[in-house]
Amino acid sequence: MTVETIDIIREENLVYRKTPALTDNVMHYCPGCSHGVVHKLVAEVIEETGIREQTIGVSPVGCSVLAYNYLDIDWAEAAHGRAPAVATGISRLHPEKYVFTYQGDGDLASIGTAEVMHACNRGENIVIIFVNNAIYGMTGGQMAPTTLVGQVTSTTPYGRDVKLNGFPMKITELLAQLDGTGFVTRQAVHTPLAIRKAKNAIRKAFENTKKDKGTSFIEIVGTCSSGWKMTPVDANRWMVENMFPKYPLGDIKDI
Amino acid sequence: MAKFRGAVVVDAEKCKGCDLCVVACPAGVLSLAKEVNGKGYHYSEMARPEACTGCANCGLVCPDAVITVYRKNIQ
Ligand SMILES: Cc1ncc(C[n+]2csc(CCOP(=O)(O)OP(=O)(O)O)c2C)c(N)n1
Ligand code: SF4
Ligand code: SF4
Ligand code: SF4
Ligand SMILES: [Mg+2]
Repeated sequence: MTVETIDIIREENLVYRKTPALTDNVMHYCPGCSHGVVHKLVAEVIEETGIREQTIGVSPVGCSVLAYNYLDIDWAEAAHGRAPAVATGISRLHPEKYVFTYQGDGDLASIGTAEVMHACNRGENIVIIFVNNAIYGMTGGQMAPTTLVGQVTSTTPYGRDVKLNGFPMKITELLAQLDGTGFVTRQAVHTPLAIRKAKNAIRKAFENTKKDKGTSFIEIVGTCSSGWKMTPVDANRWMVENMFPKYPLGDIKDI
Repeated sequence: MAKFRGAVVVDAEKCKGCDLCVVACPAGVLSLAKEVNGKGYHYSEMARPEACTGCANCGLVCPDAVITVYRKNIQ
């Protein structure tokens, strides 16, 4: 370390550090996993808007099942796919709280399709963070409803075949059709610019809770380098080339 | 004109060597060390500290939030 570097590393020159709303626990995620970035953004928004004591998260079944170990807020753990139902109960009992679910694509778009559809249709005043990595990461990389046509997974070793497996489900567009959703957007976290945009969307979603604007739904298109069997850097590239054409980024609904 | 110099501190023991910060750095400051940490990961380090502007791109993309960024106006 040069003398000059030592001179720069001073508290008064600080521009970026881990937010205090994240615990010091080492996350169990694989290197480069998008879940880590999304956790960080949710934590930063909660910390910066000063709602740490008023926020309750509902964690899913999937790799992010242990999210409650990493965000230093109150949490409930739901059965697979049922997070929106649990969040409904919490939000109705505690209407002054900021209640959000954090769910993967297997959890939300497969086993939990009914719960998310009806929570959004009822316009529950909750935030739903949906991390779509087009695979069941936790259980060893099986096909998810969001898996792309031709995508190789452990249950589609020759690639997803629409005749056998149906089409990739754009559940975010489906939920935008429901009158109960107020803000529906699709974001990503692969570049600094995308990360800033995703964070703004998450902030807006929590602000909407305060304004009682119905359900806010944020899809984050993410990577699962282990399930996709690529390095994290290659996974980001693959996501841009293959996921974004099917799952284009941007706001879908904002009332 | 303002000129900034930056520096980053990586918590080497918590770094998972994912390489995302290395790729995100516009100035080519970071690279993965030849040495590994206690978990066996080649951790990220400043290979060219003099080129750092303190833009914080590396900190933003790090999934494990192990990068702290500093920035100093040197003019
Ligand atoms: C009732 C029930 N069915 C199936 C499982 C097995 N299981 C655990 S996680 C998971 C899917 C996780 O995928 P996803 O929601 O996409 O999360 P990711 O790990 O990709 O973030 C499944 C099917 C379970 N735990 N409980
Ligand atoms: S299996 Fe995939 S989703 Fe799960 S922690 Fe690893 S990279 Fe992330
Ligand atoms: S602060 Fe910017 S220039 Fe410095 S190492 Fe990080 S990304 Fe590179
Ligand atoms: S992004 Fe974070 S975890 Fe990944 S190599 Fe860089 S410092 Fe390590
Ligand atoms: Mg998944």
